[in-house]
Amino acid sequence: MTLNEVIEILDADVLVGQDQLEMEVKTAFGADLMSDVLAFAKSGSLLLTGLTNPQVIRTSDILDIAAIIMVRGKKPAPETIRLAEELRIPVLSTKYILFETAGRLYEKGIKGCVERVDNNFARS
Amino acid sequence: MHVHEKPTFESNYTVQGGNFDEAGKVASQIKVILKKLGLQTDVVRKAALVAYESEINIVSYARKGTISISVTPGQVKIETTDEGQGIPDINLAMQEGYSTATSKIREMGFGAGMGLCNIKKFSDYFQITSEIGKGTHLKMIINIENGV
Ligand SMILES: Nc1ncnc2c1ncn2[C@@H]1O[C@H](COP(=O)(O)OP(=O)(O)OP(=O)(O)O)[C@@H](O)[C@H]1O
Ligand SMILES: [Mg+2]
Repeated sequence: MTLNEVIEILDADVLVGQDQLEMEVKTAFGADLMSDVLAFAKSGSLLLTGLTNPQVIRTSDILDIAAIIMVRGKKPAPETIRLAEELRIPVLSTKYILFETAGRLYEKGIKGCVERVDNNFARS
Repeated sequence: MHVHEKPTFESNYTVQGGNFDEAGKVASQIKVILKKLGLQTDVVRKAALVAYESEINIVSYARKGTISISVTPGQVKIETTDEGQGIPDINLAMQEGYSTATSKIREMGFGAGMGLCNIKKFSDYFQITSEIGKGTHLKMIINIENGV
């Protein structure tokens, strides 16, 4: 699925990355806890989150997250936008809550980047 | 694991405690450098992650610190030293879920008590020492298979 399709499904606004919307994504991770993102998210995935501070961008850069979707209509601070522009990480904003955002994407074929964590090596 | 080869890259960075606006900048820089050196993506990823978790901890719990990185054909070595409160009980701090993070740290999405566990999980070698009231030292090695 391309980011363009993601935007359509989520009725999302593009905050950063207008020129990167042809990007393909297959998996996603959702969390409001950066600690969880760092422990489990995989590179190339979408990150669905309700957090909007610059650490979301830093964390995404470290993990090579493909694009960030800010849920619940959250609009980030200018310094968050600036950092995302600098690091070239697309940021979308949707009014859907985290559960709905995940559900709508899943319905259209986006899978979790990990399914469950019953072994300790969910990412390796 | 402690192979003494000539480093292909070495550098030191200073991290200011309490400065959350800059937190993660050093790890970002390290990631760019390791990529440029042509290291495999999983090595770059592990090293960046380990550096990031340590950097966030310095910003969160210490007055200041340094992060040093040294790359040899066989490994990436990252060491951090900070001046700060130190860790009274390392076994407790290493437990998943244990955290003394303030509400400010939690607001940013950190403080789940997973950082040190993550660092250990993604390092091939991990050592932590700490002195109460003085500071904390971490040493992490990530092996590079088949050299650079
Ligand atoms: N450099 C340090 N100096 C002093 N205390 C530290 C340091 N690093 C970690 N600690 C202590 O160890 C605890 C556990 O650290 P850890 O990184 O595992 O989790 P956290 O920082 O609390 O949360 P998370 O990393 O998931 O955001 C911290 O809450 C803190 O009490
Ligand atoms: Mg931590």
